[in-house]
Amino acid sequence: MRPVTLLPRKAAGWLAALTAWLLPAGLALAIAIGEPVAFETEAQQRQYQTLIRELRCTVCQSETIHESNAALAADMRRRVYEMTRDGQQAGAIVDFMVQRYGDYVRYRPPLQANTAVLWASPFLLLLIGAGVWWQIIRGRKRMTQRPSFTDQERLALDRLRRGE
Amino acid sequence: MRIRLLLPLVAVVALVGLLFLGLGLNSRELPSPLIGKPAPSFELESLEDGNRTLTEQDFIGEVALVNVWASWCTTCRAEKPLLMELARGDIPIYAFNYRDDRETALRYLSVSGNPYQTIAYDPTGDVGMDWGVYATPETYLLDTQGVIRYKRIGQLTRQILLDEVLPLAERLKAEQKR
Repeated sequence: MRPVTLLPRKAAGWLAALTAWLLPAGLALAIAIGEPVAFETEAQQRQYQTLIRELRCTVCQSETIHESNAALAADMRRRVYEMTRDGQQAGAIVDFMVQRYGDYVRYRPPLQANTAVLWASPFLLLLIGAGVWWQIIRGRKRMTQRPSFTDQERLALDRLRRGE
Repeated sequence: MRIRLLLPLVAVVALVGLLFLGLGLNSRELPSPLIGKPAPSFELESLEDGNRTLTEQDFIGEVALVNVWASWCTTCRAEKPLLMELARGDIPIYAFNYRDDRETALRYLSVSGNPYQTIAYDPTGDVGMDWGVYATPETYLLDTQGVIRYKRIGQLTRQILLDEVLPLAERLKAEQKR
């Protein structure tokens, strides 16, 4: 039985030829615009994927270089790719970027003198919250512990109830 | 009891004050880590002459400006007349032509004038990255030893030149004479 083909033989041939041409062209384009296509090891792939999500695009400041379409972000991705491929450690690559663009390039700021407040603020807020919570709890406790009425007040209440 | 009632008010005022201060900050002006460091080394073709190789040594010697520009950069266009004026002074202006096309860049210069003494051609932006370039135009001020003493990200204005760049250049020149 003849194998079932969805396309006439000639068209299939054309398609194969087209794919054969387009695929390498697409890959070449991907490399040309600075998008890496492959790494030798899984670890390098992982390092690259982590790093591009931790470096900030300094042009479009609320985006990582992974998200950004800016030309600079593409350059930075390409550099991260090249350095990773050449076997550089993640720390060395981040240092490379920090030396050029400053600490701001890191989405995960290092703990140092000028970032101390930034790092401490969540804990400070937590402390303040704990303080407020403690105050509220204490207030409630005081309310429940309060003796309900003095004898005098009780007498007055009774009188009121009786409508005197 | 009074004080406890005032506490939220104080907190809100403090927060508003903090936010107000934040409004005044320009988040685009990042402090450059390169200030006080020697000009990063490079090896690039000259824009005008592809056979001529330029290095950072071509920019070093006098108190000089290094301007990073491109023909596609509209802010650079706006900055150009000021640079043309400045080029008549005694501070040499060197340049990086950043992520540009040589022919387009040369045509642009021939039409609107060329204030630069030497232009290094950096089509890939690789050297730009070493110099921490991220938003053209950028302008560096080098001292006689080739140390970066000042960096302006974005357009140079007459006010900035008069208030910051030129006084600093004069100071650096005086330092050199001593």
